[in-house]
Amino acid sequence: MANKIRVATTSLAGCFGCHMSFLDIDERMLQLVEVVEFDRSPLTDIEHCTHCDIGLIEGGVCNSENVHVLREFRNNCKILVAVGACAINGGLPAMRNHIPLEECLNEAYLDGIGVENPQIPSDIELPLLLDQVRPIHEVVKIDYFLPGCPPSADVFWKFLTDLIEGREPSLPYELVHYD
Amino acid sequence: MSKTITIDGKTIPFEDGQTIMDAAMAADVYIPHLCHQPEFTPHGSCKLCTVKVNGRNCSACTFPAMDGQDVLSETKELIDDRKKITQMLFVEGNHFCPSCEKTGNCQLQAVAYHLNMLDNHFPLFYPDRNVDASHAEVMIDHNRCIFCALCVRASQQTDGKNVFALSGRGIHKHLIVNAESGLLKDTDVDVNDQAVHICPTGAILVKRTGYQVPIGERIYDHQQIDQVALASEHPKHGK
Repeated sequence: MANKIRVATTSLAGCFGCHMSFLDIDERMLQLVEVVEFDRSPLTDIEHCTHCDIGLIEGGVCNSENVHVLREFRNNCKILVAVGACAINGGLPAMRNHIPLEECLNEAYLDGIGVENPQIPSDIELPLLLDQVRPIHEVVKIDYFLPGCPPSADVFWKFLTDLIEGREPSLPYELVHYD
Repeated sequence: MSKTITIDGKTIPFEDGQTIMDAAMAADVYIPHLCHQPEFTPHGSCKLCTVKVNGRNCSACTFPAMDGQDVLSETKELIDDRKKITQMLFVEGNHFCPSCEKTGNCQLQAVAYHLNMLDNHFPLFYPDRNVDASHAEVMIDHNRCIFCALCVRASQQTDGKNVFALSGRGIHKHLIVNAESGLLKDTDVDVNDQAVHICPTGAILVKRTGYQVPIGERIYDHQQIDQVALASEHPKHGK
């Protein structure tokens, strides 16, 4: 089929749990790829977005690279979707927000139990950490939100089939969970 | 002939002394609310029960029912207002549902589900708040307090104590306990106090009970808060 709907996905400050939950649509994936083609995504290993119809973003932003990737998605995706608790409110990574960054780094790389050869990573290749983890709607315009930790496979399926079949996406009560 | 009001066009009888909320609940009409429980003096602080009475916005939980009132509740405008209020409650505290043991039993979450709230809309505030785990059986997680004062009222009006109070104003408002040390362990709170069990969020929790019911089998996992509230909350003058 020509002109398949192009979908890109990424995980920023997330745990890939939302991606795993997406894959839980199981054999419905075969129906999906009849009409959908994946662009940049951990599923394809394509490194940069081209023009896409739908971008699915898992995770909030915790470092400078997250911000660049998020902006690349916004610039290339007609519809950008915040997927999961972390993208929507920062989630568990944002629980570091009331601890100064230096204390976090010291605990992780210098003073923590079992740390060997203590040193704070400072390679130029590493993206700089933001002082706080922020939800993605504070950085770019987001068109739709799929709550859940993670959103269930049925949430992905309902949302994507609504969009693909030209309906305004909506989630019934049973599919809305924050946990 | 008995006195009546109308809510969204439906005629509802009431008795003198009832608020709009009392009359609505007695007639099985749900108006969203968090700081209100019929057995306690209305507080009128969460504003979720805002309704339009004869063209003016009022809190249904504090406003007396009067003969002939024309009340609007489930209008798009009021539903949108309620969603915005709920979003503000979420961004003002630290409400991380996946790590909260109240999830599924939380009324803040359940009201948000009821309103089909899918995002926070506003920038997150991430306030710096503490946890008081000093008491052997009860803990306070201030990150989740929405200042509804239900614990304050339950402690005074049911438990005959005075364990909790709200202190400070605006963004500095916070829950305090009645002990010089400021710690829950030095109060006369008891795990069986109603004040300990009335919290609509996960701010006051009984230790070692959080996961007795698995996530997915909790109150609001399959039932909406309107059904639960109408079945369990009994307004003044009975149903």
